[in-house]
Amino acid sequence: MTFHKHHLFWPFAVFVLLLVLNIFFSNNFFSITVHDGHLYGSLIDIARRAAPLILVGVGMTLVIATGGIDLSVGSVMAVSGALSCLLIGDLGDPDGVAGVLGAIAVALLLCLGLGVWNGFLVSVIGIQPIVATLILMVAGRGLAQLITGGQILNVTSAPYRVIGAGYFLALPVSVLIAVAVAIVAGLLTRRTALGLLLQSVGGSPAASRLAGIQARGLTWLVYVIAAVCAGIAGLIYSSNVASADSNAAGNLIELDAILAVVIGGTALTGGRFSLSGTVLGAVLIETLNVTILSVGIPVEATLLFKAVVVVVLCLGQSPAFRERVLRRRTPVVATKEVAA
Amino acid sequence: MSADDDVVLEMTGIRKVFPGVVALDGVDLWLRAGEVHALMGENGAGKSTLIKVLTGVYDIDGGDVRLAGQPVRFGGPLAAQQAGISTVYQEVNLCANLSVAENILLGREPRRLGKIRWGAMRRRARELLAGLDLDLDVTAPLSTYSLAIQQMVAIARAVDIDAKVLILDEPTSSLDASEVQRLFEVMRRLKNQGVAIVFVSHFLDQVYQVADRMTVLRNGTLVGEFRTAELPPMRLVAAMIGKELATLEDLEKQPTGRVQKAEPLLEAEDLGRQGGIEPFTLSIHAGEIVGLAGLLGSGRTELARLLFGADRADAGRLKVDGKNAVFRTPRAAMSRGIAFSSENRRTEGVVGDLSVRDNVILALQASRGWMRPVSRRRADELADQYIKALQIRPADPDRLVKDLSGGNQQKVLLARWLITQPRLFIVDEPTRGIDVGAKAEIQRLIAELADGGMAVLFVSAELEEVLRLSHKIEILRERRLVEELENTDAVDATRIMQTIAGEQAS
Repeated sequence: MTFHKHHLFWPFAVFVLLLVLNIFFSNNFFSITVHDGHLYGSLIDIARRAAPLILVGVGMTLVIATGGIDLSVGSVMAVSGALSCLLIGDLGDPDGVAGVLGAIAVALLLCLGLGVWNGFLVSVIGIQPIVATLILMVAGRGLAQLITGGQILNVTSAPYRVIGAGYFLALPVSVLIAVAVAIVAGLLTRRTALGLLLQSVGGSPAASRLAGIQARGLTWLVYVIAAVCAGIAGLIYSSNVASADSNAAGNLIELDAILAVVIGGTALTGGRFSLSGTVLGAVLIETLNVTILSVGIPVEATLLFKAVVVVVLCLGQSPAFRERVLRRRTPVVATKEVAA
Repeated sequence: MSADDDVVLEMTGIRKVFPGVVALDGVDLWLRAGEVHALMGENGAGKSTLIKVLTGVYDIDGGDVRLAGQPVRFGGPLAAQQAGISTVYQEVNLCANLSVAENILLGREPRRLGKIRWGAMRRRARELLAGLDLDLDVTAPLSTYSLAIQQMVAIARAVDIDAKVLILDEPTSSLDASEVQRLFEVMRRLKNQGVAIVFVSHFLDQVYQVADRMTVLRNGTLVGEFRTAELPPMRLVAAMIGKELATLEDLEKQPTGRVQKAEPLLEAEDLGRQGGIEPFTLSIHAGEIVGLAGLLGSGRTELARLLFGADRADAGRLKVDGKNAVFRTPRAAMSRGIAFSSENRRTEGVVGDLSVRDNVILALQASRGWMRPVSRRRADELADQYIKALQIRPADPDRLVKDLSGGNQQKVLLARWLITQPRLFIVDEPTRGIDVGAKAEIQRLIAELADGGMAVLFVSAELEEVLRLSHKIEILRERRLVEELENTDAVDATRIMQTIAGEQAS
């Protein structure tokens, strides 16, 4: 009965609609085949493409829950890819697992440092999140270019390739990583009190302070988590293309991530958040991208088509809009009194 | 001068209901041309609601508004303005970067063929200011003038809209003494031009200086309309906070068991904060209820916030159990067993988007840190226990707190702190704006807590309440702690009101 009131009803409905649409335009859309013990198919493709967005979206959700925003995630992706590729390229044996793991660890450590920087600016200095993270959004790409020397760094490393293009138990490793991070984030927020305190701080900072919550550390923490998530996404991206491209990596992903968070039912004003909603939002966005291709919408119209779907979805989700549409169906007699 | 045929605006039987609260019930307000009319009442009495009704911000649920004898109903603020009702708010809302003339005539610039006639505009602005006896450079940006002058410019703007009624909402709160006098001159001048002025202020001396008449509200109902000359400050205070003097019953006093005067739990020595409260000295013992009495703006809340570390003290010392304590954050005070429930329960108390369960465990969880969560089972137990004990309705721990009534939100807030088992509980206006039943329950709860050994600092605008509950009463006036009284049989509301009204030569 109240199924349509569930906060994920609308994104889920649009998701199903897109899948159905795909059946008419692309043959074998739902077919999943096995090659060399790996699963292949359109659905698997969507999941693989959504993996980086899910990772970035998870971090973004926690930041937005505190009432903040992180614009630097795309640049952090570029930095993490650049550093790991550089280090792997310098290894004597790029196929050595230990060396690759070391490179990944250093890259993620740098991302953690970048998150500390963002969190410091926001929670200690008190700069508005949008401005504070804009600094790293611009500077981060510069840093990535500095690391790669302005070149596109190609790497050939079998172990590194596993992250973005490998398979484990027939499933893409990138998807497994994204799902694992989402689950860890879910456990972290729901099994500890982190989720409750973040919602409280985002929902009412003044009340939270008087309840004894020390928001500074929490706010700092979410920017660190967001940067590490973006760092992992950057590794997946660069591993998949076997190179570090400082300009293309994570370009404009911050906007898609914010969109995924909003589609998932987390308000940009902070407060209540939904990680599962963000994951659904990320999958929905990638499904939309795939649908645009399979339906055969001309390339020049794809952005417009995407915009239309997003607008419809957001309106459907808005309680105020739904109420207005419903009210129009049941006419109300205007009872305006005349001012004398 | 003030015969009833001078009445510009009559509001009768005004009723305004918000979900869960009756904000105004049967309130009358009659404004006469050429009079300054003070609107008096404590926080939550309904002053601002009444003003919002008057200026068309709120629609009414009952009653009549008549302008010059004709019934009207304002569709919005613009309609009220066009009908000649102008408002100048506490914060000056003008554009500081525009010139004085532009500010005065914004939206009504004299035009010819779509172009602004700057000369005519400056002339008109100068005329209007001259009417207020002001001579300013109207081409200078507004920001070059003091706040007081900016306020006058706002008034000039309001007057230009052919104002029949001018509402001044707390206009003096950011002005110094000489600026206040200047404002009063302007008010008298406008009054002589036949404008009906509504003056809202919590400074009693100012009201007595400038107002001809006053309407007093309490808890959303009308206490009455009085001529200033016929209502001494003492009786005004009585009207604002409690019953008529004649009918003030000898209140039944709860605090029977005397408090063990061992070492005080908390001592403040010359504790103070610039702009908040002047240095005060105060001690609270275990099991003792200390009441804070005083009018709105007298420093009640400011004092309470210092003791909890919600604001930082910049003078004096604080001791807990005889040991020095410095509270830089609320958390520091919490760790010493102090709890504080704010008077602004919606903005500084409950978190509306969280459930009842999450709200009641919030303080406990905050003190444990995020890594040591209160288990779901424990949270359920606590929520159930306090929903039952405080009779929170609806009795549903999953309900979002924003959907609860004011009284139930207050109980959720109290429950949040009781769960932390504080030794000193500072409660600021716990009974404001909630219905009578819930009020009595909360009062009983506070008395029981003190019997159980908890120290309570009880802040309330309602004198009856303070008298009924407190062992000791601290009286504040104009941001100073002026008197401390043991609550013996000899102490009654009259005695306290004398101090509040400043009539006592102590």
